[in-house]
Parts: sequence; C-alpha cells; structure tokens
Amino acid sequence: MTDATLNIKAAAARKAAPAPAGTLANRSSAADIPEYKDQHKARRIVIQIIKQLVVLAIALVMLYPILWMIASSLRKPNEIFTNMGLWVAHPQWKNYVDGWFGLSQPFGRYFLNSLLLVACAIVGNVITCSMAAYAFARLNFRGRPLMFGFMLLMLMIPIHVVIIPQYIIWNSLSMINTYIPLIVPKFLAMDGFFTFLFYQFIRGLPRDLDEAAKIDGAGHWRIYWQILMPLMKPAIGTTAVFTFMWTWNDFFSQLIYLTDPKLYTVPIALRAFIDATSKSSYGPMFAMSVLSMIPLFIVFCFGQKYLVEGIATTGGK
Amino acid sequence: MSYAAEFATLVKTSGKTKDRPKDTKPALGFLAPWIVGAFFLTFIPMIVSLYLSLTKYNMLTSPKFVGLQNYATLAQDQRYLHSLVVTFSYVIISVPLQLIAALALAVVLDHGMRGLTFYRSAFYLPSMLGSSVAIAVLWKMVFGSDGLFNQALGLLGMDVTQSWIANPDTANYTLMALHVWQFGSPMVIFLAGLRQIPKELYEAASVDGAGKWRQFLSITLPMLSPIIFFNLVMSIINSFQTFTQAFVVSGGTGGPNDSTLFYTLYLYMQGFGSMKMGYAAAMAWILVVIVAVLTVINFAVSKYWVHYDD
Repeated sequence: MTDATLNIKAAAARKAAPAPAGTLANRSSAADIPEYKDQHKARRIVIQIIKQLVVLAIALVMLYPILWMIASSLRKPNEIFTNMGLWVAHPQWKNYVDGWFGLSQPFGRYFLNSLLLVACAIVGNVITCSMAAYAFARLNFRGRPLMFGFMLLMLMIPIHVVIIPQYIIWNSLSMINTYIPLIVPKFLAMDGFFTFLFYQFIRGLPRDLDEAAKIDGAGHWRIYWQILMPLMKPAIGTTAVFTFMWTWNDFFSQLIYLTDPKLYTVPIALRAFIDATSKSSYGPMFAMSVLSMIPLFIVFCFGQKYLVEGIATTGGK
Repeated sequence: MSYAAEFATLVKTSGKTKDRPKDTKPALGFLAPWIVGAFFLTFIPMIVSLYLSLTKYNMLTSPKFVGLQNYATLAQDQRYLHSLVVTFSYVIISVPLQLIAALALAVVLDHGMRGLTFYRSAFYLPSMLGSSVAIAVLWKMVFGSDGLFNQALGLLGMDVTQSWIANPDTANYTLMALHVWQFGSPMVIFLAGLRQIPKELYEAASVDGAGKWRQFLSITLPMLSPIIFFNLVMSIINSFQTFTQAFVVSGGTGGPNDSTLFYTLYLYMQGFGSMKMGYAAAMAWILVVIVAVLTVINFAVSKYWVHYDD
C-alpha cells in the first residue's frame, strides 16, 4: 500500500513539475554556445526517435504471435502453415463452429464451468483473505507472530508438498470429480498472496477510523465490515482481477481433480482438444484457444488499474 | 514492501512482545477459516507427505513403511536426475534473462518515453496470458517445423525446416523463450520502483559529470536492488514449479527424449500417472529443500549487492 501511495504521489509530483530532461545537456559551459546547443538538441531528438522505433519493434515482435493466432483461427489448416501474415482474405468462421462442438460437450459448457469456479474463488478470496488480514493488521492476539509467520511461509512453499495428501483427503471424502477441492481452499483463505495484499492495504488505512468507531460502540466485526470494507475497494479489485486470472489459467489442480468430461474447465478441455486433434483441425483448435483468452482480454482491459496497482504493491507473481 | 522483507522483520522482532494480547477472541473469529485451512490443508498434509515420503503407497493398499528407500532410489533414478538438469538449466538461463529484459525495458520506458501506458499494457499482456494452455498451444505451433518462427527465418533467407519443439536439443530453449516473453510483470514492478528514486539524485550526479551509464550503475541499480532481489527470489521459486507449458507442449510426456521433463512434471507422472505417491512425496520434499536452500543462499549473497537505506 505504501508503495502505491508513494507512486501516486511521485506521479503527481512529476506532473506538477516535469523533471528537466535536458539536465545533462545543459550543464557544461559549451552549452552556452548556440550552435552547440542546437546540435545537442538534434542529437537528442534522433536518439528519442530511435528509442521509440526500437521499443515499438519489440512490442510488435512480442504481440505478433498472439495476433497471428487470431488470424490463423480463421484460416484453413493448409493456410495456417504457409501464411505468416495477419490479413485474412476468406475468414473460415466454420473453425469456430467446429471447435465449439469438437468435444463431447459444447465448449459453452466448459466456459460456464470455468466461470462458476472463478466466481466462487473470487467471493471466497475476497471475504476470507480480508478477514484474516484484518486480524493480522489490527488485532493483538496470542500466537500472532507464529501464525503470521506460517502464513508468509505458506506463500513460499511449493504446493506439490501438500497436493498429494490433499488429494488423498478429498479422495477419501469422495470429492474427486467435484468442484469442492477447488473451491473450499478459497473459502479458507489459502491464497496467502491476497491475505498479504489486504494486510498491506489495511495497515495503510488510518487507525483513527477504527478508534472513532470504537468510541461509538462498534465492535470488530462492524469496524471490519462497515468501516474498512468500503475503503478496501482497490484491494478488492486487485484480488478479483488476480483471482480471475489465476483461476482461469490454473491447470495443475484442475487437471488432478477433474476427469469427468462434463466437469471439464476451459484449460482442461483445451488440453483434451489438443490430444484429440490431428493436423487437419488446427483451425478449430486455434479458434477455441482464442475464445479461451477472451475473458482474460476483457479483464485485462477493464481491470488494468487494479493489475498495475496490485503488482506494484505486493511484488506480483 | 515484500513478504520476504516482512518475514525478515518478523524473525528479528520475535520474542519482543509489546502489548498484552487482548483481542484473542475476536481474532479467532476472523482467522477461523484460515486456521481451519492452515491446519487441515497445509500443516497436516505437510506432515502426512513427509511420512508418505518414507513409504510405498499406491492409494489402493495402505502405505508400507520403507524408511529412506525412496530417497535412495531417487539418487539413482536417471530420469529424475535428468529432470533436475532440465529444470536447473531452465531456471539458470530464463530467470536472469527475463529480469534483465524487464529492467532494460523499464529503464528505457521510464526515461520520458512517449506512450508509456500503451507500452506498459502491451508488454504486460503476455504475462497475463502466458501461463494459459492456449499460449502453450500457440508456442507449439510457432516453433513447429512449418511454424511461424521458421517462416520468419525464411524471410531472412534462412531455410530451416526442423521443428524446435521436436528437437531434444532445442525444446527446452523454446520454453525458456516463453518465460522471457513474460517479462512484463517484473517490468511493471521495476517501473513502480524507478518512480520512487528521487530525481535529485540524478540531477546531482549529472552536475558532478556522471554519464548516463554511470548514473545507472551508481544510482538506479543500488536504489532498485531490493526490488530486483525480491523478484529474483520469487522468480526462482516459481520457475522451479513450471508445469503447464511443459505438460502441454510435450503432450504430458516431458519429451522429446525427456528434454522438457521438468521437475514437477516428473513428480506428476510418478504420483498421479504411476500412482507412486510415496515416491512423488519424496520428490516434493526434495523440491522444498532445493527451493529453501536457494532462497537462503540468495539472502546470504544479498548483503553484498542489495542496498537498503535505513
């Protein structure tokens, strides 16, 4: 949080007083001679243009494969491997239809499954992670250092060390091929990243708010829910965006727990698609890959502010 | 700023209790979900997996205690040792390259670049999509024998027909490229860090006659070093666990010729493919030890190059 506020302050300060870009050029006495100054200025402009072109070229090279994928999703299979351009003369919308019905269930089913998982994950993470964060940030209780330390440690432990016993537990409860093993951890604040995010955020909020509410007779639950929750919108936004992204892309745990095709989520369905695909149906496979990225694009467009803030505050992933 | 730093202060201040703990009751309420999860989904499973690593267990019959046999077998398992080589080379090459790319672009963008917001988004997009199955599919196509990459080489006059994915010598490099491709996320962190470096420092340095490169070495790098350090630590921890890309690109086999047999992929194959749960648990614990040792080394080395101004 402190970082975010600092950023905002720094950005504001910059806007108010743009840092003199020419400090380097202006320092020497030679700069007083007009011709020298002009020459210097011209050089700076050239460097600036070259920089722009280089960065633009890097951006194009980086994004080209994604654009090419979109173009290829509308091409006939034999064209995919001969045409590296982006222009599609005869869009093959059939690829999308074929892809949509390419597996045992229509792809819409997998989208709904994934969206359901994402929705539950967001609700769970926002509620339980912010609750845990409130306790760590505002309450003074026995065992706090130990628990806080364990929470931070959980962030750094590879999940593989717990995934096998977890699988055994869910299996013994006959919960394999349900969404329970994927949803329950979200309602138990197991994504420490978000607990830490809320923790940082709450610590940045003035304690006077709590004190004032306390004097008015509010208990901790009311302070948490009625005073702090409305102020935590940025942290909630960041949590929602990142949870969306990570749950939508999550492959490992969904692969382990979901084997019934009816329950497949988008990544698992896509993977099944690849396995069942011969070279002739690359078009439909690309089509479904593109579709699978659309929700991420949407979140990316509308959630940018939260993404950038979240990465800057907690160091991202 | 980071949980690593938070953890360090926690260790330093432990044992020094300031106030009397008076909120224990409400705290238990707020922490109830977390406590249940931490206990049943983390603490107990950790102990169980430690025990399982000393057994043979296939989920059908009950675990059979075998002592350290799994660990001894691992030390002889050529495929396992190979997966270590694959993973280590991936981490050693792709993590520094990604951070260098991120830092370079961040510095360039921070120097009064027009269109900063656009570039920041453009460079971040791959980080957002990068871990998806769709991008892994794309990668497979881009580096295939008649894929986009070879077509681009053709434009440059190089006639290459080999598939970079199907060639055991190059398959891992394509995955490293995929990792470097996602430099946007650390770049955004660096950008935020660069903004916090006081501009006066640069002004003072340029008055003293320091060139741009000198300023970068003497101001930018030291001021940014805590952030670089945090990124390095988390990046190493995360890339040791790379799974999705290798799984999709190799069709779940780690091929060709085990060249993309990443640690966690082999763990998955042993545990969930061959149902050797004890063996996989032993692998998981060695992974924890590797990651922990690397993190400790990182912290130990950090005092020589990370600059904290207290």
